[in-house]
Amino acid sequence: MNSLTYTVIFYLFAAITVFSAAFVVFSRNVIYSAFSLLFTFFGVAALYVFLSADFIAVTQVVVYVGGILVLLLFGVMFTKGIMDTEVKSDVLHIIPGTLILAGIIGALLYTFYTTHTWKPSETQLHGSLVERIGFETVSHYVLPFEMVSILLLAALIGAAFLARFDKPDNKNS
Amino acid sequence: MGNSLNAWSEALVGFTPMGLPLGLVILAAIPLVFIALYSLTYGVYGERKISAFMQDRLGPMEVGKWGILQTIADILKLLQKEDIVPTSADKFLFVIGPGVLFVGSFLAYAVLPFSSSFIGASLNVGLFFAIGIVAIEVVGILAAGWGSNNKWSLYGAVRSVAQIVSYEIPAAIALLCGAMMAGTLDMQKITMLQSGSYGFAHFFLFQSPIAWLPFLIYFIASLAEVNRAPFDIPEAESELVAGYFTEYSGMKFAVIFLAEYGSMFMVSAIISIVFLGGWNSPLPDIGSFALNAWTNGPVWGVFWIIMKGFFFIFVQMWLRWTLPRLRVDQLMYLCWKVLTPFAFVSFVLTAIWVIYVP
Repeated sequence: MNSLTYTVIFYLFAAITVFSAAFVVFSRNVIYSAFSLLFTFFGVAALYVFLSADFIAVTQVVVYVGGILVLLLFGVMFTKGIMDTEVKSDVLHIIPGTLILAGIIGALLYTFYTTHTWKPSETQLHGSLVERIGFETVSHYVLPFEMVSILLLAALIGAAFLARFDKPDNKNS
Repeated sequence: MGNSLNAWSEALVGFTPMGLPLGLVILAAIPLVFIALYSLTYGVYGERKISAFMQDRLGPMEVGKWGILQTIADILKLLQKEDIVPTSADKFLFVIGPGVLFVGSFLAYAVLPFSSSFIGASLNVGLFFAIGIVAIEVVGILAAGWGSNNKWSLYGAVRSVAQIVSYEIPAAIALLCGAMMAGTLDMQKITMLQSGSYGFAHFFLFQSPIAWLPFLIYFIASLAEVNRAPFDIPEAESELVAGYFTEYSGMKFAVIFLAEYGSMFMVSAIISIVFLGGWNSPLPDIGSFALNAWTNGPVWGVFWIIMKGFFFIFVQMWLRWTLPRLRVDQLMYLCWKVLTPFAFVSFVLTAIWVIYVP
């Protein structure tokens, strides 16, 4: 693949990400915002591919699109009268908001322009990333991995407990 | 164009007349044409004929000899139909729903190796990509169901999504057993590990005494993922009219069906690749009678993978007229209390087998 094609595809995905993210924020309709998130997540996954992190890209699609977005859409769809309520905030602080925005953008741009060169990673990536992730997870980082599993298990048990259907006759006895 | 790995697809990627990446477009168009042709012939016509024979009927007989041209006539009819968007529907979501649905079912074709020389993208996370990308299809179904602004559609969409999301878990664990036996997630490498002169004996299904369990679990879960009977409660005709595509007509309806047939072949191809050797010939060499060597090669590979896929699609159609539909609670019971524990058992047993036995 020549570099021009590469660049064009990169900017295409970047544009998809930015415009859909803007649509999520500016849309007045919650359903449209939620569906627009699909394109944002997908664009971000594509950007991960450009960073040669293909495993993370697919995980992004599985976790965010398959899990979080579906959960979000279910929540939105089962909420009564969601299409009638207009999403807007009554309190609007324009001046402090603009100041914070300008401050953050200024700080980021300052960092970009004072750090003259992009710092390339010292270790270059070789071969398949998936195997490295597998080996590191169960050797070097096995304790954090297990801790996260236990945390997720506790969250699952808690969710199952909260969602459990209480039979009416159980309450009386 | 030699017989070396991925030779055809890499030659296509290199095809850039006037600097335009035309080869990439052709590469993506080949599975698209394949889906269209196969759903037209085997999908629609085959399904009607198979279901007719199973019910002791004749099926379509009027258009052409044995009704072969019936599907062409149907397509012509669908093309002429008025494109109806219900007045109370959410126009935007109603229109993009079938499109997103089709893209979701079509994206997985990028990592399916159609032959030793042809694969859309030889990713080292191919199998993971193929399971994960179904998530896009889920969003398409929700868009179609919500956009229709119809109770039946919304119920169908919610049922379908709940079913797909739940059955992804046993399906993914079952496929993980195959991936463990291969030691890689690259679909092309998984297939190559199953080639050898004994033909079918090298397939992962026959390589381990436990492999039939994840094979069966994935097959059952894949039926639920593509909303085929006995898991067709999202479109249960007797309860929900037609589920999430109740309001669709004309070409949008055809696109939804194309997506369904596309994902039917996709899951059939995945089960063939992981457990039944993908494009490898199942015929063994018998002494000097080198049946396996004669029936292997890039072109034979295309034949074998498509035939294996079509066999599983035939089984899917066969089951549709054999088993009654499950209730929603039975569906969830089967997923969480039967398939998932057995998938975990097969996962542990396969791990023990891979580490200690061979």
